[in-house]
Amino acid sequence: MTLPIKGASIIKAFEDAGIQSIVALPDIVTCDTVLWPLSSNPNFMFIPVCKEDEGVSICASLSFCGQRALLLIQHTGFLDSINAIRAIAVEYQLPVVMVVGLQGSDPDTHPNQSKSIGIRALAPICDALELCYAFITDEESAISIVEMIETAYENSSPCAIFVPNPPV
Amino acid sequence: MKRDQALQALARHYPDGIVVAVYQTAFDWMHIRPHDLNYLCTGAMGQASSHGLGLALGVPDEKVVVLDGDGSLLMNLGSLVTVANMAPRNFFHFVSQNNMYEVNGKYPIPAATTIKFDQMAIAAGYRYAFSFDDIGQFNSEIEGILDLEGPVLVCMHIEPGEFYPLDYATLHSEQTRVIFRNALKSRLQSHLQE
Repeated sequence: MTLPIKGASIIKAFEDAGIQSIVALPDIVTCDTVLWPLSSNPNFMFIPVCKEDEGVSICASLSFCGQRALLLIQHTGFLDSINAIRAIAVEYQLPVVMVVGLQGSDPDTHPNQSKSIGIRALAPICDALELCYAFITDEESAISIVEMIETAYENSSPCAIFVPNPPV
Repeated sequence: MKRDQALQALARHYPDGIVVAVYQTAFDWMHIRPHDLNYLCTGAMGQASSHGLGLALGVPDEKVVVLDGDGSLLMNLGSLVTVANMAPRNFFHFVSQNNMYEVNGKYPIPAATTIKFDQMAIAAGYRYAFSFDDIGQFNSEIEGILDLEGPVLVCMHIEPGEFYPLDYATLHSEQTRVIFRNALKSRLQSHLQE
């Protein structure tokens, strides 16, 4: 039996991957167990933004300074930021790491079969953009968060880490 | 005042620092102050202030000048609040206001005759904001403004000056990004050796 992923495990994965800055806009899926603890964690510079595409640019420009940052948002904000993701993260090949909560996701249904078109469309959009992505649901997948972040920064390429269910 | 005159004045007082520039201002700036620390890869319209904020937070010992446009800033007005909230002391936000989308057909921006970016910046929480339409006054005050603690916004009411070519290829090229990255790395290493 797989255990649902813990918020603490996600935060530890960020630390293990060398993330220094968290750029964020509240997302209902990750707010309680990831965003709130992160926002008071002295190991990170916390940068709240008003709109998600700001965060794409902030993460991109921090990478030029040799710093690792991560954008924590909701999937609606991901959809709203597609042009910035396309231009800045994908076309410029910059290490923009996005951790994206899927608001309204049904825990018993894979996101690719979701009744919500906004959730169902995420994988095809990432495929079309040639954007690396994964759905993170259980404790065992925490290690893949570290791997995806490491790969993003080693290869200077973006990635999206989707979190369908509220971490415990 | 003419944009190239204003940019030339800025370049005289800021010859060697990081500059994030967009669209027509970027095309002008590339000729007026060619420099490896010109950050031209803003990618999507409206994002200059956000790129500048990341740089300002990433290299707090370096000044960061953002050369924004009025139409561009209107696409990312929330960034005024984001910048003010983080309050980077090294952040200098110049907005070229010509009341139009200059490289997109010269169509007017909304509220072109009434909008006041300096007042918006102060309301958002910037430490200082200024507005200039006279090159003489801009010339005499720019040095002092660059000595202030940011975030600072300077609205430049401008009209086109000399025409510089729309060099999108350089703006978006990988080589431009590599040059900036290496230049910033060298600058930071030189700080460490001081």
